[in-house]
Amino acid sequence: MAQTLEDLGPPSVGPPKSSFSIGKIWTDKRSRGIVIQVIAMAIFCAIVAYLAANVVKNFEELGKPFGFDFLKQESNYDINQTLISYNSQSSHARAAVVGILNTLLIAVCGIILATILGFILGVLRLSPNWLVNKLAYCYIEFMRNVPVLVHILLVHGILVHSLPHPKNAMNINDTLFLSNRGFYTPQPLFQPLFWLVVAAFVIGIIFAFWYRRTARIKQEATGEQSPVFWVMLASIIGLPILAFFLTGMPIDWQFPEQGRFNLKGGMAIKPEFMALWVALSLYTAAFIAEIVRAGIEAVSHGQTEAALALGLPRKRTMNLVVIPQAMRVIIPPLTSQYLNITKNSSLAIAIGYMDIVATIGGISLNQTGREMECMIIVLGLYLTFSLTISTFMNWYNKRIALVER
Amino acid sequence: MPNTQSAPLNYVPGEHPDLKPPIGQTGLLLWVRKNLFSSPFNIALTLATIYFLYVVIPPMVNWLFIDSVFNAGSRDECRELGKGACWGFIGKRLGQFTYGFYPIEERWRVNLTFVLFALALLPLLWEKMPRRRMLLWFSLAFPFIAMWLLLGGFGLESVDTDRFGGFMLTMVIGVTGIVFSLPLGILLALGRQSGLHFIRWMCTGFIEFFRGVPLITLLFVASTMLNYFLPPGTTFDLLLRVLIMVTLFSAAYIAEVVRGGLQAIPKGQHEAADAMGLKYWTSMRLIVLPQALKISIPGIVNTFIGLFKDTTLVVIIGLLDPLGIGRASLSDSKWQGLSTEVYVFIALFFFICCFSMSRYSIYLEDKLHTGHRNE
Repeated sequence: MAQTLEDLGPPSVGPPKSSFSIGKIWTDKRSRGIVIQVIAMAIFCAIVAYLAANVVKNFEELGKPFGFDFLKQESNYDINQTLISYNSQSSHARAAVVGILNTLLIAVCGIILATILGFILGVLRLSPNWLVNKLAYCYIEFMRNVPVLVHILLVHGILVHSLPHPKNAMNINDTLFLSNRGFYTPQPLFQPLFWLVVAAFVIGIIFAFWYRRTARIKQEATGEQSPVFWVMLASIIGLPILAFFLTGMPIDWQFPEQGRFNLKGGMAIKPEFMALWVALSLYTAAFIAEIVRAGIEAVSHGQTEAALALGLPRKRTMNLVVIPQAMRVIIPPLTSQYLNITKNSSLAIAIGYMDIVATIGGISLNQTGREMECMIIVLGLYLTFSLTISTFMNWYNKRIALVER
Repeated sequence: MPNTQSAPLNYVPGEHPDLKPPIGQTGLLLWVRKNLFSSPFNIALTLATIYFLYVVIPPMVNWLFIDSVFNAGSRDECRELGKGACWGFIGKRLGQFTYGFYPIEERWRVNLTFVLFALALLPLLWEKMPRRRMLLWFSLAFPFIAMWLLLGGFGLESVDTDRFGGFMLTMVIGVTGIVFSLPLGILLALGRQSGLHFIRWMCTGFIEFFRGVPLITLLFVASTMLNYFLPPGTTFDLLLRVLIMVTLFSAAYIAEVVRGGLQAIPKGQHEAADAMGLKYWTSMRLIVLPQALKISIPGIVNTFIGLFKDTTLVVIIGLLDPLGIGRASLSDSKWQGLSTEVYVFIALFFFICCFSMSRYSIYLEDKLHTGHRNE
């Protein structure tokens, strides 16, 4: 084809001659791209080199070495809530680990509570009941339009100032105590036989999922339905309870006791943790509620009508048609809310909950004067959290995404 | 419908009796029945909600208004006068809450800036304003005028930024962040969508970094570590450092919102622009960005609201925004223990600002929605 065209065409119209000139570098799209990139790279490298040179010069001038060996030194400060054993003789590295665990604890607890509250609020927001609908709307708008830091400080202030002193703590049946030093619950002390209960729980979960699978295969083959929900409930909850009683209730409870100045024993949830947990969850729940509402509204009404026309009952229409489609819309923004909880948990420092920013990025930094190293650790950890959560959620999102032909 | 009881229904045409609709089929009663008591479940829900409101609202109103004290000299005086909130405290400190530690005899400059800000905002928000074009130039110049008024110099007494505080500081950080992060965010979004690998890689790295870490760590970097990156001996203003960090942080978020908008533009639009012989920047300015930005308005305003709320974080590195002023006032022994009042007051301020921003964004969305509606 090309041959014939060339033969037919007038001889003057040929491919442009590839003569080189300086101006052409800029007029040609491809070479211009390369030039721009080279210039950008040069500027970028120059800036990085300048900053690095400044850093080196500054370190020399201050006579500070750069390195992470300070992490092995004694930390010399206490942390009021620890998940692993820690005291002021422990190293800075251990303080950092305590901080990481505290951050993860608040993030996980916050995500669970915020998700539950958010879904409930989202459904209430869609309720045909005018009063409930408007109440949910007011709540959501108030929560969303006030900074989370104000929420945290407000809840903390209320907990610390309006709850009674431990001396006259709110006493619920001698087991739960609520005071401005924290919320005290009995602490379970597990006896050796308790592992049987745990084993029963694990077996129950495995059995439940196996049963669900076989029931689905059976239904697809024969159309027969099995009582999946009840069997799953019985095996996951019933089996451990049965094992618990058969082994003779292998848990002792250590009850908190009211001392003269403070409460002793039991498990204490500190007011800092409670304030942060409640405030973060209530705040994020408002955002999740809007996401859930948008997700459910995104499923067109035709889908529901089609399912009802096929004779599916309301509940199965919800479970099989509406929710799976709504979840596709809900998951991506939900992920970013989970990331937001994790990042907002860093505001803990304002009320003295010792998370990663308050330990290694706060007290350790001030004690050792290693700003650079401490901030690198903190920034690196947060980037790791964020990238891990978003990778996992992207994977999950891909798994449930609509597969189009 | 035959009526067996009353007289035969031989209506003369044109002389039908005017009967009222049956009770409960129109008006308030129907509305109540349909919206509140449509099913047993709904009845239960309504009653539960009414009970909840009954438990919550009266004590709250009592605390906020009825039992509260609006004029008192100390906390003890407040407690003697009433059991509710002690607003007298807020009233006494209102000047600090608004201006921070700005010199009292220079406060007129802050007031003037607020007035000019309102004037600059007006042509931006009100599209049918007379002489809008001329006033838009004023809006563009406003940030620089405000800077001169607040900082001083050139004939005005200069004021250090560490005396900035209160709502004024919130506005300074919020407005500066919004003004500078939008263009920067758009550039970053274009960079991330660009075909040039190095540029794309750089913008992606920047965006992912700033979105991956909490703002508070960035503020710590600004306050403790930034000096390491500058030539030895240079110091520059803490507020400026904070402004830079806040701007970069929210630019990264805006970039992602704008990228969403850019991705929604069909490829045909780019190709059409190319076919018309438009250069990259012209096609972006005239064809792609107007459409992309229109789609991303709700997201952009949400980012602005987020930025405005995040200005409270500066209290953690020691700037005296309203929260900082509040905490400082609470440490006064005369007023200890009034944290709830302070935080409720600050919450109210933020609620008013952010709620009106979100309302405006909904209005704008409606106005710019020129396509076909689904409903």
